[in-house]
Amino acid sequence: MSATVVHSLWTTAADPISKIDAPKIEYGQLSPTLIILGAAIVGVLVEAFVPRKSRYYAQLFVSVVALCAAFAAVVALAADGYATTKAGIAAMGAIAVDGPALFLQGTILLAGLVGLFTFAERRLDPETHGNRVDSFAAQAASVPGSDSEKAAVKAGFTTTEVFPLLLFAIAGMLIFPAANDLLTLFVALEVFSLPLYLLCALARRKRLMSQEAAVKYFLLGAFASAFTLFGIALLYGYAGSVSYGTIARVVDGTITTVDPALADTMGNDALLLIGAAMIVMGLLFKVGAVPFHMWTPDVYQGAPTPVTGFMAAATKVAAFGALLRLLYVVLPGLRWDWRPVMWAVAIVTMLGGAIVAITQTDIKRLLAYSSIAHAGFILAGVIATTPDGVSSVLFYLAAYSFVTIGAFAVVTLVRDAGGEATHLSKWAGLGRRSPLVAAVFAVFLLAFAGIPLTSGFAGKFAVFKAAAEGGAAPLVVVGVISSAIAAFFYIRVIVLMFFSEPRPEGPTVAVPSPLTMTAIGVGVAVTLVLGVAPQYFLDLANQAGVFVR
Amino acid sequence: MSFPLLTATAVLPTIGAIATAAVPAARRTAAKWLALLVSIATLALAIVVLVRFDPDGARYQLTESHAWIADFGVRYELGVDGIGVALLALTALLIPFIILAGWHDADPLETGSRRWRPTQGFFALILAVEAMVIISFEATDVFLFYIFFEAMLIPMYFLIGGFGDRAHAGTDENAAAQRSYAAVKFLLYNLVGGLIMLAAVIGLYVVAGNFSLQEIAEARANGTLDMATNTERWLFLGFFFAFAVKAPLWPLHTWLPNAMGEATAPVAVLITAVVDKVGTFAMLRFCLQLFPEASKWATPAILVLAVISIIYGALLAVGQRDIKRLVAYASISHFGFIIMGIFAMTSQGQSGATLYMVNHGISTAALMLVAGFLISRRGSRLIADYGGVQKVAPVLAGTFLIGGLATLSLPGLAPFVSEFLVLVGTFARYPAIGIIATFGIVLAALYTLVLYQRTMTGPVKPEVSAMPDLRVRELVVVAPLVVLLIFLGVYPKPVTDIVNPAVKSTMSDVHKKDPKPEVEAAK
Repeated sequence: MSATVVHSLWTTAADPISKIDAPKIEYGQLSPTLIILGAAIVGVLVEAFVPRKSRYYAQLFVSVVALCAAFAAVVALAADGYATTKAGIAAMGAIAVDGPALFLQGTILLAGLVGLFTFAERRLDPETHGNRVDSFAAQAASVPGSDSEKAAVKAGFTTTEVFPLLLFAIAGMLIFPAANDLLTLFVALEVFSLPLYLLCALARRKRLMSQEAAVKYFLLGAFASAFTLFGIALLYGYAGSVSYGTIARVVDGTITTVDPALADTMGNDALLLIGAAMIVMGLLFKVGAVPFHMWTPDVYQGAPTPVTGFMAAATKVAAFGALLRLLYVVLPGLRWDWRPVMWAVAIVTMLGGAIVAITQTDIKRLLAYSSIAHAGFILAGVIATTPDGVSSVLFYLAAYSFVTIGAFAVVTLVRDAGGEATHLSKWAGLGRRSPLVAAVFAVFLLAFAGIPLTSGFAGKFAVFKAAAEGGAAPLVVVGVISSAIAAFFYIRVIVLMFFSEPRPEGPTVAVPSPLTMTAIGVGVAVTLVLGVAPQYFLDLANQAGVFVR
Repeated sequence: MSFPLLTATAVLPTIGAIATAAVPAARRTAAKWLALLVSIATLALAIVVLVRFDPDGARYQLTESHAWIADFGVRYELGVDGIGVALLALTALLIPFIILAGWHDADPLETGSRRWRPTQGFFALILAVEAMVIISFEATDVFLFYIFFEAMLIPMYFLIGGFGDRAHAGTDENAAAQRSYAAVKFLLYNLVGGLIMLAAVIGLYVVAGNFSLQEIAEARANGTLDMATNTERWLFLGFFFAFAVKAPLWPLHTWLPNAMGEATAPVAVLITAVVDKVGTFAMLRFCLQLFPEASKWATPAILVLAVISIIYGALLAVGQRDIKRLVAYASISHFGFIIMGIFAMTSQGQSGATLYMVNHGISTAALMLVAGFLISRRGSRLIADYGGVQKVAPVLAGTFLIGGLATLSLPGLAPFVSEFLVLVGTFARYPAIGIIATFGIVLAALYTLVLYQRTMTGPVKPEVSAMPDLRVRELVVVAPLVVLLIFLGVYPKPVTDIVNPAVKSTMSDVHKKDPKPEVEAAK
């Protein structure tokens, strides 16, 4: 570094500061996030001060009220025009309040509410020592198999901390797709990732597997976060700012003034390309795109199934939201550089997910690989780089998240002596024993496979149409081929459920409380409504398809 | 707004399917009667459609049009032309017979859980398939058609995989595995075809901007919608592939013998006589209208495949030891004739093909349903297990013979007229193809008569000696079909009158005129 630069750095810092403006915060526009964060803190206080017996109900009450209130706030903001005409940037340039942000926040909140119901389910396992139990460890800190664990189970402890953890995760997810500068993006990433790492480790049964999953998720997630952070640093070096709008203007050349402190690095395309690639890599890790998907099957399998369902749905929504904003707002000027790369990623994701899924024998791993294939389909819509592309991705995410939560909720019902019976062979003949549950699961599988009259078909058609119009016809062909491959393993599960003889020692289907029934019912209803009459929701997604910059 | 007659023909079986599925487990017989009554009511509606349809009127009649998914350019548009109305009537006609023939096919062998209701499911699925097939014949919106073209695979799949022959059901592990294999093969073949078509459907939207068959066909005709030659060819291939799997055309046919062999006889009839017709129908309606130039471009290749289908299907039918698989290969041969007629691009060929679709439906239904009655008596599908049946069950043998003779296109029975028209129509333009296809008829005589000879004549086998003749329910199924075969064989005019104007319009879509007769040209 040359001497002049040091000098100028020195003088800049030494200038007297006349006054500091108080930050202007638009509390109304940020209310959905603030409500959830506030409720999460209330949840922590509940853990500290409310007696153990009534914590479950207090937590459930706080969470449901908060999620409903936040959703109402999102709807109110959208009705007020913040999704279209009044869209703008709030909180000193840190948060965008626009159509995509509000649409995704609404989706995340609804998915969170449905996910919450599966978290709160306490009727699936038989009562132990006269206490109802949920899917989570009695005491997370006790070593699996130890005396302290037995004591905790006997005392009827439950980990009601999952509710504030869930709310913190949701709050992070609400900020993630709305973040309008790179630092907010990173903070949101960590705010929703850390609670998820913890939640993954909290399974009541197969605790070692659950903890292993959490460690894998944490280690790989930490790597991905580090990449993201490094990428942010490089982009700052390139543009002299972490604000999305400023970076975009430096990329397309409208800002040419060079910050004297960054004279060596500003405008260096190597920094831009490497930095952007690293941030995108971190986001692709979160959506589970090949080749950053390695964590998905292990984590999906090991985590408590309600957490898997929530994570599979909401993380994908939040991360794709952030990816869309990054590619459409920050890097449109770099389109010709990132499109070929994303093409390749989309193709290997679609094919890789579908092909590897064929060999799976565990239903949760199978759904994990299916979620990878779906990430590929969504990427095809992302690549379109048209307003249609944005709205099709929004629609797909909404459709996909409810199918996913519903499907994992069904998985929690099929149980044998060891807890959930996730090995596929145990699902044989389920259609004979419980036709209704098998039929509902079949509906979800058909939606995953994209059979017409389900939401999966409408979503798939929307993204493929956008991709074709955006000039990515080969992607559509690959997508169609991998849909055909994927259909094979969805059908295999249906064959197993309906056409195989039930095993004598096969699993039973637990009769859930109204909570899980609601989650599954909402899943089926959304799947069919979005499949048969998607127009209203497509309109919503269309109106929400424009980013603010 | 007038009464939405076409919608009603599809909604009625849909409601019937839901109601049938909801009948309590113990009231099996009520479910059967409900399904039968609904299918008869649907037939009544179809007859109303047939009466209201004016063959010389507008091309598409009884049209309905409503906004549906504006974002995808999709409208809920229905309308029938002569071809559609004929196939609609065929479908509505056959379903009551299929239900009646399968009356006892889904009675539970063992009592499963209280909520396990196979009988209700069986009849509800048949009605669901009926509704989806009917909508496919009526849809004039490509997307609407595609949705039901694909969705009908699901109930069909459960019908094939879930309900096997009584002879093998339940106890035999191997039979269950084969059945599930057949169902998966059926589904995967058709799903792959459908997904490739999906790519073409999306491509069509990118090119045309909407899905209305009439609008696109009109724009194509008056030149406002220009497709690059290559684009049109790719889109045509995408559509044709799906229809060729469904139809099925060699070499995409291999799912049919498995599916028809493992399914119960009424379901096999449903596959080949009803569902597969959607494939050939769609070739006429969508391939020719939307992509006339590409259709002409592909004609030679398709004709060759069709002729291979005819000969190959017939040869394999000769070699079969299993009655149901024999009928399946015979059907492949017949679908070869239908596709050949469509792509011969002459009005006789296409009229013949449409007529063939109707007649093949009736004749295969007669043959296959009687074969099903025969198989249910003996508990075996193997030809070698039978012999001398005509001495113990003369009525069964007689109706089987008529069904068989119809399959080999004996003059005086309905399929003769259509096969003759197809051959004449093909010969006028492609004499060589026509001559080779004629050998298919010779082979048809061989496989049908050998089948009859081996099962019905000769010494009475001991296992067959106590075989009862057709019961009243079975007679009610077979007799009307036989009467229809003879009636349409002698007097096909009612059907040709309805079909011919529609064929003329299709011919003008592809800008084809019939070749002049040779004699006239020589003058």
